[in-house]
Amino acid sequence: MSTLTLYMQYIVNGLTLGAIYSLIALGYTMVYGILKFINFAHGDILMVGAFIGLLVYTALTGDASPSAWTLTAFFISMLVSMVACAILGMLIERVAYKPLRNANRLAPLLSAIGVSFILSNGAAWIFGTQSRRFPYPFENEPMHIGSISITPHQIVVIAVSVIMMVLLTFFVNKTRMGKAMRATSLDQPTSQLMGINVNRVISLTFAIGSALAAVGGILAAFDFRVYPSMGTMTGLKAFVAAVIGGIGNIQGAMIGGVLLGILEAVGAPLLHIPNGMKDTVAFAVLIIVLLVKPDGILGKNEREKI
Amino acid sequence: MLNFFQLILIYAGIYALMAIGQNCITGYTGMLSLCHAGFFCIGSYATAIICKTFGLSFWLSLPVAAVATGLVGLIIGIPTLRLKGDYLCIATLGLGEIIRNVATNFNPVGYNSIPRASLFGYQFASRNKLAFIFLIWAFVLIFYILFQQLAHSRLGRAMIAVREDEVAAQSNGINVTKYKISSFVLGAAMGGIAGCLQTAYTLTVQPGSFTFMVSVMVLCTVVLGGMGNGKAVILGAFIIQFISYLPQLTGLTNVIPAQAKQIIYGLLLVVMMLWRPQGILGRDKYRYGDPRTRMEKLSDFFRRDKKGSRAKGGAV
Repeated sequence: MSTLTLYMQYIVNGLTLGAIYSLIALGYTMVYGILKFINFAHGDILMVGAFIGLLVYTALTGDASPSAWTLTAFFISMLVSMVACAILGMLIERVAYKPLRNANRLAPLLSAIGVSFILSNGAAWIFGTQSRRFPYPFENEPMHIGSISITPHQIVVIAVSVIMMVLLTFFVNKTRMGKAMRATSLDQPTSQLMGINVNRVISLTFAIGSALAAVGGILAAFDFRVYPSMGTMTGLKAFVAAVIGGIGNIQGAMIGGVLLGILEAVGAPLLHIPNGMKDTVAFAVLIIVLLVKPDGILGKNEREKI
Repeated sequence: MLNFFQLILIYAGIYALMAIGQNCITGYTGMLSLCHAGFFCIGSYATAIICKTFGLSFWLSLPVAAVATGLVGLIIGIPTLRLKGDYLCIATLGLGEIIRNVATNFNPVGYNSIPRASLFGYQFASRNKLAFIFLIWAFVLIFYILFQQLAHSRLGRAMIAVREDEVAAQSNGINVTKYKISSFVLGAAMGGIAGCLQTAYTLTVQPGSFTFMVSVMVLCTVVLGGMGNGKAVILGAFIIQFISYLPQLTGLTNVIPAQAKQIIYGLLLVVMMLWRPQGILGRDKYRYGDPRTRMEKLSDFFRRDKKGSRAKGGAV
C-alpha cells in the first residue's frame, strides 16, 4: 500500500472517530454556552448510555445473527438509551447543579466531579469492571473503495452522527425552543425578563446533550467496547474537541471533533508516537490550543476565558 | 484491627501531606488543579530511581523528589496557569494523565524491592508500622507548621488576595502570575514528598496506582475538611482514609463492594458543595488587623526594648 492510500485510510478512520467526538462535544459545548460551566459528568453519561444501549439490545435480540431485525433492534435500543440518558441528565442538573447556579465557580465543578465519580463507580459496582463487546447488528465485512477499506460500522457511525447534527442544527436555528436556547446563552437575565423559562431551557439543554452523548456512547462502543471507565477518556477528548472548535459554539464542536479525530488518527503514525502515548496527542493539542487561541476556531472572543 | 488503624494512620499522613500541597494550590490561591496523582507519581519514581538504580540513601532522595516535582510543576505551571477555573482544571487533569502515560511507557512494570530507608543505623521496615507512623507524622507536623507560617506570610497573603479577587490583587501591585506559579510549585513539591514517603513505606512503585482517583481523593480531602484551612485538611485526610478502610475495619469486606468508597467520595463532594461548601471546619480566620506573622511577633516580643514593631505588611 502506498503512503498516500495509507494516510487516506487513516483519515477515514479518523473521520469515524471524529464523528463520535463531535456528538459528545456538542453536549459540553451546549451546556457551556448556557451555564458557562464544564459538565464533568458528561463523559460518564456517555458510558451509561452505552450500557443501557447494550442491555436493551441484548434483551431484544439475544444472540441472533445479523438481520433486518437486529438492525431495527439496534435503533430501538439507541432510542431507549437516548430517552433514559436525557432523563438522567436532567435529573443530575436538577439535583447537583441547579442549587449551585449562583455559587462560586468552583462549586459546580467540584459537584460535577463528584457526580462523575458516582456514575462511573456505580456502573462498576452494578455491571462489573470487565469490558463487554457490543455485537455488530449487521455483517461487518469491510468494503473496498479503490484500495481504502471502509467497514459498514464506520458508515453507520458517520451517517448517524450527520443525521443527529443536522437535526440539532435545525432544532437550534429553526424552532421556538431553539431560539429560546440561543437567547439564554446570549444573555440569561434579559431572556428571563423577556418571558423565557430559563430553567426549562437549561433542563432541555442537558436533556439534548445527554441524549447525544448516549448516541455517541453506543457508536463508540463498537470501537472501544463497553466498560465503566470508558467515559473518562472519551469524554475528555470530546471536551478537547469542543475547545478546539471554540467552546460554546455548536458548529465549532462539530468541526473540532472531526479535526481531533483526524489529528489523532494521522498524527500518531506520522510522528511515530507509540500506541500507549496516543492519548497524549489529544492533551498536547488541548494545551497548545488553550495557549495559542483559547477561543478555538469559531469561538467568540471572550476575555474571561484566559 | 490494630493493624488497620496503623495503616489508616500511615496513609492519612501521606494523604495529609498531599492535601497540604493541594490546599496551597486550591485553598490559598483558588486554582482547581487535578494532577496531584501526577506529582505523587513523579515523587515515587524519583525515590525509586535514586534508591534502587543509583543505590543512594533515602534521605537524599527526599529533597531530590521534592525538587524534581517542583520543577515539573514549574514547567507545566508556566503555560497552564494562565488559564482560569474550568480550563485549568481540565488542562491539569490532562497533564496528570500525560505524566502517568509517560511513566508507564518509561517503566511499565514499576520497581520492586527498593532498599529500605534507615536513620542512624535503624532500618525502617514495612512491617514495623509504628516507626513509619512517627516518621510520616513528623513530616506532616513540619510541613503543617511551615505552610501555616506561609499562609500568614507576605507570600501567603498575596496568594489569598489572588484567590479573592485577581483583578483587585493585580491593581494593588501583586504579580498574579508569580504567586500562582509559586503556589503551584510548592503544592507540587508536597505531592513529590508524599510520593517519596509512600515509596519508602511500600518499597514498590507501580505506574498503575497513580490514577485520576488519587487526585480526586486528595481534592476530596481538602474540600471535606475546609479549603484554605490547615487543620481541616488533616482532619479530612483522616476521614478519607477511615472511609477507605471501612470495609476492613467492620469486617464486611465481602458485603461492601470495592467501589463503595469511591461512590462515597463522589457523594461527599456533591453533598459538601450543596450544603457546606466551606468544609467541615470552614475557612481559617485571618488576623487582618495585625499583619505580623507569628515569627515576627515572637521576635518582636524578644526585642521589645528596641521599641515598636516594624511596620511590615506591604501591599496586602
